Amino acid sequence: MTVNEMKTPDARVETPDLKVDASLCVPLLALFGGAALWLVVGSVLALIASIKFHAPDFLAGCPVLTYGRVQPAADDALLYGFCIPAGLGVVLWLFAQLGQVPLRGAIVPVVAANFWHLGVFIGLAATLAGDSTGYAWLEFPRAGSVLLFFAYLLLALWATMNFAGRRERPLVPSHWFLVAALFWFPWIYSTANLLLVGWPVRGVVQAIIGWWFANNLVFVWLALVGIGTAFYFLPKYAGRPLQGCSLALYAFWMLIVFGTWCGIPQGAPVPAWLPAASTFAAVLTIIPVIAIGIVMWKTLCGGEKCTVWGGPYCFVRFGLGSFLLSSLMLIAMACPHFSLVTGFTWFGPARIQLQLYGFFAMMMFGAIYHLLPRVVGFEWPFPKLARLQFWFSMIGILLLVVPLAIGGVVQGVKLQNGVAFLEAVQAMLPFLRASTTGLLLMLLGNLLFALNIFALTTVWKLALAKKVIALVKVSLTAVENEKTSEVKA
Amino acid sequence: MKNGFLIFLASFITLGGSWLGFVYEPLRQLGGAEQTTVLNSSDIYPLQRSGEATLGLQVYRANGCAACHTESIRQTGVTCNVVLMNAGKNPDAMTNLISSLVLTNLTKEVADKAAAQITAAGGKSEIHIVATGPDIARGWGMRQSVAEDYLYDQPVQLGSLRAGPDLANIGVRAPDANWQLTHLYAPSGVVKGSTMPPFRYLFEVRKTKPGAAPSPDALQFPKEFVLPDGYEVVPKPEAKQLAAYLLSLRANAPLYSAPISP
Repeated sequence: MTVNEMKTPDARVETPDLKVDASLCVPLLALFGGAALWLVVGSVLALIASIKFHAPDFLAGCPVLTYGRVQPAADDALLYGFCIPAGLGVVLWLFAQLGQVPLRGAIVPVVAANFWHLGVFIGLAATLAGDSTGYAWLEFPRAGSVLLFFAYLLLALWATMNFAGRRERPLVPSHWFLVAALFWFPWIYSTANLLLVGWPVRGVVQAIIGWWFANNLVFVWLALVGIGTAFYFLPKYAGRPLQGCSLALYAFWMLIVFGTWCGIPQGAPVPAWLPAASTFAAVLTIIPVIAIGIVMWKTLCGGEKCTVWGGPYCFVRFGLGSFLLSSLMLIAMACPHFSLVTGFTWFGPARIQLQLYGFFAMMMFGAIYHLLPRVVGFEWPFPKLARLQFWFSMIGILLLVVPLAIGGVVQGVKLQNGVAFLEAVQAMLPFLRASTTGLLLMLLGNLLFALNIFALTTVWKLALAKKVIALVKVSLTAVENEKTSEVKA
Repeated sequence: MKNGFLIFLASFITLGGSWLGFVYEPLRQLGGAEQTTVLNSSDIYPLQRSGEATLGLQVYRANGCAACHTESIRQTGVTCNVVLMNAGKNPDAMTNLISSLVLTNLTKEVADKAAAQITAAGGKSEIHIVATGPDIARGWGMRQSVAEDYLYDQPVQLGSLRAGPDLANIGVRAPDANWQLTHLYAPSGVVKGSTMPPFRYLFEVRKTKPGAAPSPDALQFPKEFVLPDGYEVVPKPEAKQLAAYLLSLRANAPLYSAPISP
C-alpha cells in the first residue's frame, strides 16, 4: 500500500477525482501568486529595516524608507501579504480534498483574491507614505482594511459552502481547526477596526483591544490554520494515521479556550486584572502545546522517515517544531519574573518572527509545494531549487530568531541591572548583525519560492494559450472545410 | 465533534468569552474615563495636550516612532521614606532619636512606627512614598505609567520594544526644544553611539542671506558640530510639532492609582 492510497482519519485517498483539483487551479494561482510577491517585498523591506541598525544613515533621507515605516510594512507584508492568503488557499484546497467536492463558482474566490492583494497594496503604500493607523498589526487604513475584510468574507464563505456540501461526511481533526479559523478572523478584524479606526475608543482601551486583536491573529489564527494543515500532512507523509485523535480534539479545545486570552503584557498601564488574566491563560496554554507535541511525536515515531531532504515533509516538521518553541516563548514571556526581563526587548520580535515565518510560512511552503503541482497539473519547473529553499529558509529563520532571542535576554538582564542604556544598545549590535544575515538568507529562500511559483504559473499560462490556439485553429479549419465543401457543391 | 455547527458554536463561545473580557469589560471600566485630580491637590490631570503637541502625535505615528520607543514605565513596588519636618523643642534629643532610626526604604508599617516615635518626641515628620523598579532607578520616570496618562491620545502609542529609550517622561528629562530638534536632525551627533536614524527630512537646510539675520527657528548646534559656513538648519512644521509632542510627555503627576510624593 503506498502513502497515497492510505485511508486514515486525516489522510484519505488523495484524489483520483481530477475535477476537485482542477476546480481550484485559478483561485489558488491567484492567491499564491500574489502571496509570493508580497513575501519577497516583505523580506526586502525587513532587510532594509535591519541594515539601519548597523548604518543609521542608510536611506535616512527618504521618508518612505524610514525605520518606523519600513519595519511595520515588512511585518504586514509577511502577515497580510503572505500568511493569510496562503492560509486561505490551503484551507480551500484542504476542504475540497477532504470533502471530495470540487469548488463551485471559482470566479468568486479569484475576484476575492485579487481584492485581497489590492487591499494589501493599498495598506502597504499607505504605511510607507506615513498614513498608517499607528496600531501594531492594524496599520492598514480604512481603504485597505475594508477590502481585506470583504475579500476574506467571500473566501471564507466559499470555503464554508464547500465544507457544507462535502461528500465525505465525517469530520477529521483538520476540519475543527480550519473551520474555527475561518470564523475567527472576521470577528477580531472587524472589532479591532471598528473600535480603533472607525469609531476610536478612548485612552488606553485602544491598547487593550490592540493586544487582544494581535494575539488572536498572530497566535490563535495562525495556530489554528497551521496546526490544521499539519494534521493533514503529517499523517500523509509519516504514512500512518494521526495518533491520538481525541488528544488532538482536546488540544483544539484548550487552544481556543486559553489561547484567546493571552496577549496583555505584564506591567502594562491597565487595570491589574487584565495582565493577571492573560498570564493565567498563557500558563495554561502549555496544555494544548504539550498535547499537540504528543500527537506530533506519536505520529512521527514509527512513521516513515524523511527520504527527500528539503521536501514538503521537512517543511511541515520544521514548522511544527517552531510552533512548539514559539508557544513556549509566549508562555515564558507571560511569567511574572521572566516577563520583567524580556518585556520590551528583542525577545518579543524574535517570538513573533518564529511564529510567522518559522512556523506558519514554513508550513505553508510545505503545503503549497505539495498541492500546487497536483492542482495545476504540471510538476514544479525547478524542483531542486524548491528543496534548496528549505535550507535557505531554515538556516535564515534560525539565524534571525536565535540571536535575537538570546540578545533580548542579554539586553533585558542589562537593563534590569542598571547598565547604561547606550551600553545595552551597543551590546545588542552583534546579535542584530547575525539577524541581518538571517534575513538575507530568508530573502534568498523567498526568491526561490517566488521563482518556482511564477515559473509554474507561466507554464500553466503557456499551456492554456496553446490550448486556446489549438481550439481556434480547429474551428478555423472547420470553417474553411465548410467553405471548400460549399464551393465544391 | 460531529458537525460543523458544533465547531462554530465552540469558537463562538470561546472567542465571545475573551471578547467580553478584553473588549467589552475594559470599555465599560475605562471607556468613559474622565480627568482625575492630582493627589493632595485640586489640580486636574491629565490636561489636553497643546494643539501643536496633538499634531506632533500624528507625526510620531506617521514615522512609526513606536517601533523603537515605548511610553510605558514599569514599577515593581513602593517604599516609604520618613522625612523630618520639624525637630520640636528638644533638637538634641531628636538628633539622638533620628540617628537610632532607619528612615529610608521602609514598609508602610515600619514607617508609621518611626513617624509615631518622632511625634511622641515632640517633632513633626512626613512619610514620602517612593516608587521602585529598574525603569524608575534609571530615571525614566517617578512612577509607573497608568491608564490616565493616555486619556487624550489618539492613537495611544505604548510601543513594545525598547530599541531606544522610553519616552513617557522625555519632556521632563530633556525639556529643551532645541536639544530635541538637534537630536532629531543628527542623533549620533548629539548622543555618541546612538543607533537612531536621523530625521533630516523633517528639516530644511538653507543658505543664509549675507547681512540678513538668521532664522529665529534655526537650530543651535553644540560646538563640536560643524555646519558648513553660510548655512542654517530650520525645522519644518512637522519637526516643531514632533518636538512639542515630545516636550508634552510628562507622566509624573502623583495620582490615586499611582501614589508618589513629589
